[in-house]
Amino acid sequence: MVAAALRPKRIRLRESRGERLFGFGTVVFLIALMGVTIYPLLYVLFASLSSASELTQHRGLLFAPLSLTFEAYRRVLENPLILTGYRNTLFIVVVGTALNVFMTALGAYALSRRNVLFRNPAMFLIVFTMFFSGGLIPTYLLVGQTLHLQNTLWALIVPGAVQTLNLIIMRTAFQSVPVALEEAARIDGANDWTILFRIYLPLSWPVVAVMILFYGVAHWNSFFSALVFIRERELYPLQLVLREILISSNVQNMATDVSSGDVLAIGETIKYATIIVATLPILLVYPYLQRYFVKGVAIGAIKE
Amino acid sequence: MRTATTSLEIVAPLPLPKRGRWQTISRDLRRNKHVYLMLLPVLLYYLIFHYGPMYGAVIAFEDFNPVKGVFGSKWVGLQNFQDFFSSVYFGRLIFNTVAISVLDLIFGFPAPIILALLINELRWNPFKRLVQTVTYLPHFISVVVVVGMLVDFFARDGLVNQLMLTTDPVAYMQSPEWFRQLFVGSGIWQHVGWGSIVYLAAIATIDPQLYDAAKVDGADRFRQMWHITVPGILPTIVILLILRMGMMMSVGYEKIILMYNPLTYETADVISTYVFRRGILQADFSFSAAVGLFNSVINFALLIAANRISRRLTEHSLW
Repeated sequence: MVAAALRPKRIRLRESRGERLFGFGTVVFLIALMGVTIYPLLYVLFASLSSASELTQHRGLLFAPLSLTFEAYRRVLENPLILTGYRNTLFIVVVGTALNVFMTALGAYALSRRNVLFRNPAMFLIVFTMFFSGGLIPTYLLVGQTLHLQNTLWALIVPGAVQTLNLIIMRTAFQSVPVALEEAARIDGANDWTILFRIYLPLSWPVVAVMILFYGVAHWNSFFSALVFIRERELYPLQLVLREILISSNVQNMATDVSSGDVLAIGETIKYATIIVATLPILLVYPYLQRYFVKGVAIGAIKE
Repeated sequence: MRTATTSLEIVAPLPLPKRGRWQTISRDLRRNKHVYLMLLPVLLYYLIFHYGPMYGAVIAFEDFNPVKGVFGSKWVGLQNFQDFFSSVYFGRLIFNTVAISVLDLIFGFPAPIILALLINELRWNPFKRLVQTVTYLPHFISVVVVVGMLVDFFARDGLVNQLMLTTDPVAYMQSPEWFRQLFVGSGIWQHVGWGSIVYLAAIATIDPQLYDAAKVDGADRFRQMWHITVPGILPTIVILLILRMGMMMSVGYEKIILMYNPLTYETADVISTYVFRRGILQADFSFSAAVGLFNSVINFALLIAANRISRRLTEHSLW
């Protein structure tokens, strides 16, 4: 409030007709854009709650479920593959994100120190990997064969333990922590571990939240490393199960009790319900985290 | 990001005092032993999982046999590269990769900039926040779900054909001539809002007095946008463009692997998807490692070239 009172008053001039028309056009365009963005998701939601037979008869857009039913959800949640997928993905998200944030914090702290001799060579070594990589095949041979992580969930966790861009974001955040706090702690006998975990991390909580969000969502949504490293179906993460159901249209095991003609019909609603089941957790936490990630992207972008 | 970024800068080694190099190093190691202890696992991670594969890329010059290993396999020099350059797929792969990348550069790169400029024109904050909340959302949906929705909506009997009201439905996902549009279009749908955050953050750092001065001079909204907002975010645009150039040859292959099928290989198959099929699915390790290495080297060269050109023309560069 005080800041608002002190801020000089913005100049407002009468707008010309062209400007007002432009303003109006912008609003109309953005409303249309929001419609295009959100409608496909609403359609999926409505279709997932519709009766399978009515949905196949229906043509065109949907604005509400056709005879509301949870039949498709029942079948999806009874699918053992979905449940093991959920379990595997939860393990990857929790363990993976914990490892990510821990390692990223260690690296960011070390690289934010000003008086460390090997800081710049280490920084160069790390940043260089953003621009050059050995490629997919050598990575596959190293992780899968040399390190014997083939067919383990660790193959989906350890090779991505640190994302360089996130490391840089966190380092930038750490660099803005006042030095005085650290000096006071050192006088009281604190070492670097205490300073990191008791001062830097708590003071940088919004950025830590961003890291949890970025890493967590990336783990939740990732399918490619599982496609490369996982052969056993009991180890499939959710996204690989989704791929089978959505893209390879493999819905037979969820529609065993219906005739082959109905498999197609019920298969459609099963697909939609699967999308909702797999996406809902993210959509539910998203609004609460929005203010954090906007901040995180801004820090990452304006790293002078 | 406005000037050269310190985080990406290679700073010359500290001038060492007369005490002697080793004494300085050992003092530094002792004083910062906890810091180095923290750095150790991170550096080990980078050495193993990033520099390990870089070393492993030597199999591109070998006839690699997993049983004999990297050391025991036969050295064949540039044979794998020659095989790739003379293969029937070489031209098609390069063309498809560049075509998708250029389309994405022309349509996908400016889209978030335009969106940010439009959002910035909104006067009513609740509406502004609503637009942002809605357009950021698809970024968090997994690529599997996005492609699943594409497959469904663009099927022969899917929603899009139903809405087209034509008697002649198109099986978009099986049509090579539609692949690029669907790929680039769905990419914009998913990421345009997310991409605009960076530019909105850059716009927020522009000094409001500049706008006042422009208004006093009689500039209307278009002129303010063109002469103040656009120059204000230009450094951000340039930096992101340079980074984009470094990914010119690595289009989103994870999405292509989900989207394409043998019917659309003609336009959809790119270098990285080819590496995936030959290397992972057919276990043709040396050949696909060579193709991948070729891809990495071109990307790196493009990044360096873009950075150099930008430094000369605009004074903005990564390093």
